[in-house]
Amino acid sequence: MNAAAKVSETRPQDWPNAVFDILTELDVRQVAIVPDAGHSRLIRLCEDDPKKRVVTLTTEEEGVALLAGAWLGGEKGALLLQSSGVGNCINMLSLPQICQMPLLMLVTMRGDWGEFNPWQVPMGQGTQAALEAIGVIVRRADEAHLVAPTVRGAANLAFNTCRAVAVLIGQSVLGAKNFKDLAKPR
Amino acid sequence: MMSKDGLLHRRAVVAELLRDRSDLLVIAGLGAPNWDVSAAGDHPNNFPLWGAMGSAAMIGLGLALAQPQRRVLVITGDGEMLMALGALATIAAQKPANLTVCVLDNERFGETGMQKTHTAYGIDLAGIAKAAGFPKSLLVREAQQVTELRECAHNGTGPTFAQVKIDPEALPFVLPPAEGGILKNRFRASVLGEEALYN
Repeated sequence: MNAAAKVSETRPQDWPNAVFDILTELDVRQVAIVPDAGHSRLIRLCEDDPKKRVVTLTTEEEGVALLAGAWLGGEKGALLLQSSGVGNCINMLSLPQICQMPLLMLVTMRGDWGEFNPWQVPMGQGTQAALEAIGVIVRRADEAHLVAPTVRGAANLAFNTCRAVAVLIGQSVLGAKNFKDLAKPR
Repeated sequence: MMSKDGLLHRRAVVAELLRDRSDLLVIAGLGAPNWDVSAAGDHPNNFPLWGAMGSAAMIGLGLALAQPQRRVLVITGDGEMLMALGALATIAAQKPANLTVCVLDNERFGETGMQKTHTAYGIDLAGIAKAAGFPKSLLVREAQQVTELRECAHNGTGPTFAQVKIDPEALPFVLPPAEGGILKNRFRASVLGEEALYN
């Protein structure tokens, strides 16, 4: 592994680099995404790694199925999505659940902390309950320095015990946008 | 292979596609395509779905990317495929050369009372796949075309899509194991070797 990349684990704000290192260490090969601003650095790192295939989805549930196929073929994967996309996945999550397949979901939260857009709140507030209702194990990281260790624990739990595990990365880590600022004339 | 209405019999189509299957890997969509694939012979290299409607093509993609040296054939129904039209765009963008998606199109939701699907109203699945960017997209109505599709699935350069118009006949169910853990473990052991069971 690249020594320069490892240094990043010492700085909390560099959690995307630390998560990338963990995915690399675990030999994650398929990274399924519906983009979110909070995942943009991690997505770029994955795109730049020739050993990882980034698969852009039209809807998040495709990623649940994709990574089931990857596991059948002997590859590990990770699904990167926003909390709103969790709602799109619910019935598809019966697949890893009933087949006892590992699934690592890294969920960036909206409607959670400092949210400006009211339309993000219903699904943001329902994310954890919805995941738990379909049998996904949920862990939260609400401070930057907790993201990497939470992802490491979740990934080991998922791949060692063949379970679906989601890490919810709080909006307090990602920073909340204020659309009123964005709407000001520049 | 043809019914009195001049339509292909679904189990004859599947039997031909899986003839001399060698190390072909098969994902079967829920409902009748699962029973059709099972009727052709239960096999550890089959992954027959009992639920997760809309997952078949994407499972095929993940498998095809993970096993680029193997051939992957998804056999599913028109209702199941219609639920995942976006998957056609995702697959076309990834261009897996070893993947074929075959839709058995009886223009019906067969398990729920034979209600018409969108293809009964002329919605052109093969055209949608072609427009999405599948380099080969076939509309299959004749027995000879089924043999050509078999050749594409086993030896061609994909991704290939096929919409096979079939008779809306109701046939006895032929059931594979229902337990997901069994289906997963026997598939992985067959494809990856027994050591896959030791995780």
